[in-house]
Amino acid sequence: MFTSHVERPVVAPTAGGSPGPDRAAPAEQPPARSGWDRLKRRLTPYGFLTPTGVLMAILMLTPIVMVIWYSLLDGVITTKNSAFVGFANYAEVLTDPVFFTAVRNTLVFTVSSVVAHFAIGLGFAMLLNTPLLSHRTKAFFRVIYVLPWLFTVAIIAVLWRLLLNPNGVVNYLLGSLGITGGQTEWLADPSTALAAVTFINIWSGYPFFMISLLAGLQGIPKDLYEAARVDGATPFQQFRNVTLPQLRPIIISMALLDFIWTTQQFALIWMTTGGGPINATEMLSTFTYKLAFSRYEFSVASASAVVVLLLSMVLAFFYVRHQKARD
Amino acid sequence: MSNGARMRYLSAAAIAGASALVLTACGSGGDAAVGGGSEGGHVTLEFAQWWEPELPDGAFRELMDKFEDENPGITVELLSGPYASTKEQVLAGAAAGTMSDVVGLDGAWVNDFAKQGAIADLSALMADDGFDDGQLVSQVQVDGSTYMIPVVNFVYPMFTNDDLLAQAGVDAPPSTRTEFQDAAEGITALGDNTYGWVLPLSLEAPNGVQNDVMSWVWASGGSMLDDGQPALADNPDVESGVQFVADLWDAGVVAPGSFTMKEQDKVEEFTNGRVGMMIDSLAHVTTIQEANPDLQFSISAIPAEDGYTGERGIPYASWGIGVAENSEHKAEAMKLVEFLMSEETNAELSSIANAFPGNTESVPDFVEDNELFATAFEIYQDGYPANEFTGLPVAEELMRQLGEQLQKSLNGDQSVDDALAAAQEQWESEF
Repeated sequence: MFTSHVERPVVAPTAGGSPGPDRAAPAEQPPARSGWDRLKRRLTPYGFLTPTGVLMAILMLTPIVMVIWYSLLDGVITTKNSAFVGFANYAEVLTDPVFFTAVRNTLVFTVSSVVAHFAIGLGFAMLLNTPLLSHRTKAFFRVIYVLPWLFTVAIIAVLWRLLLNPNGVVNYLLGSLGITGGQTEWLADPSTALAAVTFINIWSGYPFFMISLLAGLQGIPKDLYEAARVDGATPFQQFRNVTLPQLRPIIISMALLDFIWTTQQFALIWMTTGGGPINATEMLSTFTYKLAFSRYEFSVASASAVVVLLLSMVLAFFYVRHQKARD
Repeated sequence: MSNGARMRYLSAAAIAGASALVLTACGSGGDAAVGGGSEGGHVTLEFAQWWEPELPDGAFRELMDKFEDENPGITVELLSGPYASTKEQVLAGAAAGTMSDVVGLDGAWVNDFAKQGAIADLSALMADDGFDDGQLVSQVQVDGSTYMIPVVNFVYPMFTNDDLLAQAGVDAPPSTRTEFQDAAEGITALGDNTYGWVLPLSLEAPNGVQNDVMSWVWASGGSMLDDGQPALADNPDVESGVQFVADLWDAGVVAPGSFTMKEQDKVEEFTNGRVGMMIDSLAHVTTIQEANPDLQFSISAIPAEDGYTGERGIPYASWGIGVAENSEHKAEAMKLVEFLMSEETNAELSSIANAFPGNTESVPDFVEDNELFATAFEIYQDGYPANEFTGLPVAEELMRQLGEQLQKSLNGDQSVDDALAAAQEQWESEF
């Protein structure tokens, strides 16, 4: 048999007028703290933070500082005595036409991905939140929709390489339906490669938005919709004036995070197209990787990495500012 | 333990752990560990390579055990991983001065490591050891000194699907470029998504430029270098070979998807019977036979220019070996190199690897047992191993640059001559 046990507070609350311990014995106030005690008390929180601080310094700050330092030297790693060259490596990166191709591709890839992630994520989230479907149906679709998120990037790359192969399933289906000739080289044709990798990234990333927005939708008070209905709002007006404003903080946070992550997407691009064909899918990440591990120009690669870091920090700044505004 | 005491204990432990990390990091920065160790006259050699995972289980360790029996006082610790991670490990070791005593090398890495001073001059070590380098099939040199010895070689002959050739009315594998184009067109004309040839030009793994494009040049005795410098432009041999590839492309006999296709995709296309001919490593014979036991295929020399009668170069890839410059046990490391290159061991290793030996005297078992390998061995002995990318600086990047220019050319953005001129300019800046 379940029995509850409630411990009574040792000190009775003071709300009823009974004196608290301090008020009861003003003469017994502790002696003034010494300077050492005050200092110790002030430093205690920093003591707890020290292990994290030390680890962050070793694992995060040191590599960043090293990369920044490398970007100012010439021939790092490959030569024993590197020379200080100032911003020469930055000049080399910023005058490389492939760098600007990579910036343009990264922007197209990222903006398209984030917008599509939001649109698809919101659509599916609303579908999973609708009262029109039974719980069992919604559970089934929830599993289906979240599946792409469960695969690792390597699996996604291999899967879509097979699907988009000229002899793959996609061409077979499109050819059978008469939509295409059935021989499109989705990843190997410069005119379709960027769209193809963007599509793969959209497919693999929308569940992140979907789950976050679903949680947001379930947190919107029903009263707001009832009030809107009483005021005669149509479903579209309810969506525009209730749903979207309520989801706004989540949408902005997710969009900024997704933007930062997508600009840094490397594995998917590398494993599907390698940045090709003919730079059609070259991204800032693949451009930097090739400089370092194909050309062994670690100094120039470091400069490129610092440029990417600065761009990411701009986005991170907006994200942090938004988070602070929310708090 | 009270909550407060437990918290204090955990905090102290965390701080101690973090401090230990800092001290460890500082310590290793000051005195980097160098390869294997030495204790009481006993030497442990570290040997980093990708070979062990590609051989039958335990086979490479058995060879090392044999070495240890023959060389008391030396132990070999194998550091094994896939090719790509071995490359990264060796690269990191070269940068940090912590490279393993003995390292498996690819010819494409040698120039960079040698210029960096990360790998030792084997010419000097062989001289000190009294090793006769006349028994070596080849050596990879930089500025006249040997830095890598190919232990075993994997050659890249032409594979032909006998059934598809027969259906196309071709009696024997083509031996000239004209015959090859005719056969490729005949196979493609069979339809049903079947193509004559397969050409992987992925920029992620750009070795198709070496094995599937330059192989046409080498098979006709051509060279892409002139006195060690790039000679892509205004080189009739190279122009002719690359133009032949472009002609095959224009004729529509190349399987679709080339620009993102990698070596394994090429093998898959051939194994599935969708492609009639390919240039590929002999190492894949077993893979193809296991994946499609019904596939009837032959191995031949890569077709040469019409009328060419000289020796044919055959592309190859090697499991090369080198010694780290930072090794404190170079003499012992050289003993291991000598052991692997000895007639008996090299024959044994090439037998289990399905590769050709790096020792001129060694004869692998499979040459007598397997008709395909016997044919390939004849091709190997009739011609000469050709891989001009071996020993070049940033060799993989050179392949990628030429591959990208070739993609533009095949895409109709520029002529073959312009592609070669552009690649020449890029290569010169890398040299």
